Amino acid sequence: MLEPWIFIALLLGAGMLLPGVAIAANWVLSPKKPNSLKNTIYECGIETVGETYVQLKGAYYIYALIFVVFDIEAVFLFPWAVAYDQLQLYMVLEGVLFILILAAGLIYAWRKGVLEWV
Amino acid sequence: MQSFLSDPFLFIANWLESVLLGWGLQPSLATFLLQLLGALALGTSLLLLTFLLIWAERKIVARIQDRLGPNRVGPFGIFQTVADLLKLVTKELITPQGADLIPYNLAPLLAVMSVVGLWAVIPMAPTLLGADISVGVLYIISIGAIGTLGIMLAGMSSNNKYALLGAFRTVAVMVSYAVPMVLALLVPVLLSGSMGMQAIVNAQTPVAFIFLAPIAAAIFFVSSVAEVGRAPFDLLEAESEIVAGFHIEYSGLKFGMFFVAEFLHAFTISALTATLFLGGWQGPWAEQYTFLGLLYFIIKTSLVYFVVIWLRGSFPRIRIDQMNALNWKFITPLGLASLIFTAIAEKLAVDFGLPRLLIHLGANAILVALTALALGAYARHQRTQAAVRQERVRRKSTAEAA
Repeated sequence: MLEPWIFIALLLGAGMLLPGVAIAANWVLSPKKPNSLKNTIYECGIETVGETYVQLKGAYYIYALIFVVFDIEAVFLFPWAVAYDQLQLYMVLEGVLFILILAAGLIYAWRKGVLEWV
Repeated sequence: MQSFLSDPFLFIANWLESVLLGWGLQPSLATFLLQLLGALALGTSLLLLTFLLIWAERKIVARIQDRLGPNRVGPFGIFQTVADLLKLVTKELITPQGADLIPYNLAPLLAVMSVVGLWAVIPMAPTLLGADISVGVLYIISIGAIGTLGIMLAGMSSNNKYALLGAFRTVAVMVSYAVPMVLALLVPVLLSGSMGMQAIVNAQTPVAFIFLAPIAAAIFFVSSVAEVGRAPFDLLEAESEIVAGFHIEYSGLKFGMFFVAEFLHAFTISALTATLFLGGWQGPWAEQYTFLGLLYFIIKTSLVYFVVIWLRGSFPRIRIDQMNALNWKFITPLGLASLIFTAIAEKLAVDFGLPRLLIHLGANAILVALTALALGAYARHQRTQAAVRQERVRRKSTAEAA
């Protein structure tokens, strides 16, 4: 039962280790001559003005919020889909009702105008 | 010897296990060593496969654009990528001023790790599967999200405005496209009644899911291309707007690892599409000869990968507002509708013993017709609105003239 998860842990470890080894090889082989001009932040030749961590547009935040709503929905819909074979028709229709409630949320966001990129 | 011909991978695994046990190791330790060996072999072969993928992509895109592509290093330029790698290895690793060092160095590793991790659950042949877990589909969604996290970390830790913009776009675009992807993934889960990848492949024996749910297959393909951030959805590294986007401050192999992750991820989504909708390793005699199953899997994956490259060669990059509108106003509602239609059609087919394929194709045809009607109505609405606006402007100008 635990065996496949051990393999996944090992594979994820290998996925970190192999690029790590490659980057370490690069670090060993490469020249190391940093200077302050070389390490400046790239901005098409001119110097960066002001803070980098600028305020982000509200639209990004709203998209992230809608995403959270739909991602939580997946948690409820996956068990429904797995148990589908044992469900009666009316249980399937209940699932459909749940999806329609979600769609109502999407329509609400749409009518509110938050899906427009301004 | 017959056993080796029909299933070389299981044969080698059994032989290695017997050798390890013959040395007097504990059985659990022997299994662990085998798994470690398998994980390292899978990871290494995937990273080596990237050489071939990059070469194939450059060659095919060149042909689409009426060029020759790489043709100097080795036969057909096949060693061009090796030469590129050798150049990258000898480049200085520049760390920008004010970078947040831990996330900055962790990001390329996470990007590669998420892609390699996806291959743990992709069944490449009847017996060639890393881990047959019962929640394979959920695993794909969650591990795929780590790649997005890596890109966001890279953008936010580089202390660069272009990189930060790339990270913002990742949030708006790649995260949003996970929604229709999840909705499309629900369809094969529903049809097969399982979240395990091997069970989904086994459920596609008479007919592959692309014939039962063509719309869901298309939605999955498009949204996963967007999730990878490939052209035409590559706004997070749009050269003409934000130079190189999230990996602008990376050099040497740290940059190379993002490159590897992107190409390998494109191949991985091709493999996922082939597994979930095209029947994976299913084909004639695949059950008896594992090698044939692997061959079918590679052929199907390569076909889908060719389409991914073809998309890159054919379409211009789309704008961020168009991309979000496409996702939230078209693909997500269509995904919800396709899930509803499939759920009802499958229940009708099972309960009333109706021909399954015809019912599903009919449901999808109705959905396509409804979508076309809705799009037509939307276009008419937009045209009327534009006409009204124009009329208002004209009246205003005539009134001012009078």
